[in-house]
Amino acid sequence: MAEWEQATEDIVYRGRIKVPYQWWVGETGSHFFIKLRDEKKLLGRYCARCNLVFMPPRQACPRCFNKEMAWRELKDEGTLVSFAVPAYTSELHPLEPPFAYGIIKLDGADTGLTHLVAGFKEGRLKTGLRVKAVFKEDRTGDIMDIRYFQPV
Amino acid sequence: MDKVGIVGVGQTKYERRKVGETYPDMIYEVTVKALDNAGLTIKDIDNVITVSNDFWDGRTISSMAVQDACGCRHKDISTVEGDGLFGAFYGAMRVLSGSFSTTLVVVHNKCSQSKMNLITNAMFDPIYTRALGLDAITSAALQARAYMETFGVTEKQCAKVSVKNHGQAKNNPYAQLPLDIEVDDVMKSRVLCPPIKLLDASPITDGAAAVIWADEKAAQKAKAAPVWLKGAGHMTDAYHLGDRDLARSPALVGAAKKAYALAGVSDPLKEIDVAEVSDVFSYMELMWYEGLGFCSEGGGGQMIDQGLTGMNGVLPVNPSGGCLSANAVMVAGLARLIEAVLQVRGEAGDRQVPNCKNALAHGINGPCGQSHCVMIVGR
Repeated sequence: MAEWEQATEDIVYRGRIKVPYQWWVGETGSHFFIKLRDEKKLLGRYCARCNLVFMPPRQACPRCFNKEMAWRELKDEGTLVSFAVPAYTSELHPLEPPFAYGIIKLDGADTGLTHLVAGFKEGRLKTGLRVKAVFKEDRTGDIMDIRYFQPV
Repeated sequence: MDKVGIVGVGQTKYERRKVGETYPDMIYEVTVKALDNAGLTIKDIDNVITVSNDFWDGRTISSMAVQDACGCRHKDISTVEGDGLFGAFYGAMRVLSGSFSTTLVVVHNKCSQSKMNLITNAMFDPIYTRALGLDAITSAALQARAYMETFGVTEKQCAKVSVKNHGQAKNNPYAQLPLDIEVDDVMKSRVLCPPIKLLDASPITDGAAAVIWADEKAAQKAKAAPVWLKGAGHMTDAYHLGDRDLARSPALVGAAKKAYALAGVSDPLKEIDVAEVSDVFSYMELMWYEGLGFCSEGGGGQMIDQGLTGMNGVLPVNPSGGCLSANAVMVAGLARLIEAVLQVRGEAGDRQVPNCKNALAHGINGPCGQSHCVMIVGR
């Protein structure tokens, strides 16, 4: 090894990437978020060929590739398909512990919505539990207009 | 299937923090290693695939930034943003197309340079999911619970995967985390997100890897006897987690079926001699046993209980220590393929499985193993 390679210090350049970004929600998503914001309604997209209701909504059916889909109003209640309670903290977590990530199959939907679960006693969550959406007071037309789901 | 084979392989040692090397430094190292291993020079390479991820690299066109380091100047190149095995799949197809005779595939990743969960959070849909703060660990915990509850797989059975793979890593000089541990150590390790504990999760790793594919004619020039691609398959599932049955992996079943059909494998447990699978979390290895048809659906837990996948088992899985012992994320699948090649060559050192004729490599991409790639290599 050459003498210069035996350096005792490895220099690290510290930076930060921060780029403002706008995600255009699209016509389908906009309709969904307007109904959520203005009426606290949760709409799924129904494919008649597959006889399936998708949540979150999408423009075209991912199964049969059909674009002729219809809106279906779903209940704001559903069943917990799976859940995960993080034991670590992160600047990403939108709620104080204890909270959970959950996959919730809303009544009337055939696919699950991934969202937050809160308002439960530690150790009391289980799959199959019935949960209900808690909406934000001041809604802004995004997915966090649902604060979380809580056990019924 | 037309013939395409691997004639050269190269890997860095996998480490927690490769502060002494830049991305190009790592890529240069593995390129030179793969060329030396093949007995070829960069002039013998007619096209290159680079594999990388922009978010992890902290820049755009991350794949183009390492092209000088792998000798791409004035060569035909293409890029893959995904797991390294998917890059290898594409590289092999380029040779099989007849347009090229030698493909160099390189992949790099440094997980140490950023914050792991900020990067993995960015794989989720920015409109419907990302604001929830979901990351690789919490999403895996959703899948682990779905899988374990559906089939009655226990945390102890998952812990046995961790014990096996960390122990096997002691035989792999490239591994980051060889450990002498017992089931109790895994069970008592720090809880990350139940049912996942620290020793159920793969470590944060820096590293790079490279392989060289050659057609029959180009392979004659190489010093190493080629390890042929006998079969390959690739399949993906839905993007939204709630669209999928997280307890099962139909995309892996489909990918494996395609690979087995091409390779003429009808009973994988008997006909495959060694498998290197992407055990990013311990429960995943058990799920992949099922998807790969090593056992019936829900039988993964029993398979590890019976010791069928240990070094002395009927089908050793991850003699290298797997992703649990080193997981430079994008590199993971290519590392699996390199290990499979070394096994077929009989060059796997202390981790060698005797009389290895058919080896399987498996890679995943996307949250909770959204897509799968399976390759069978052999003589």
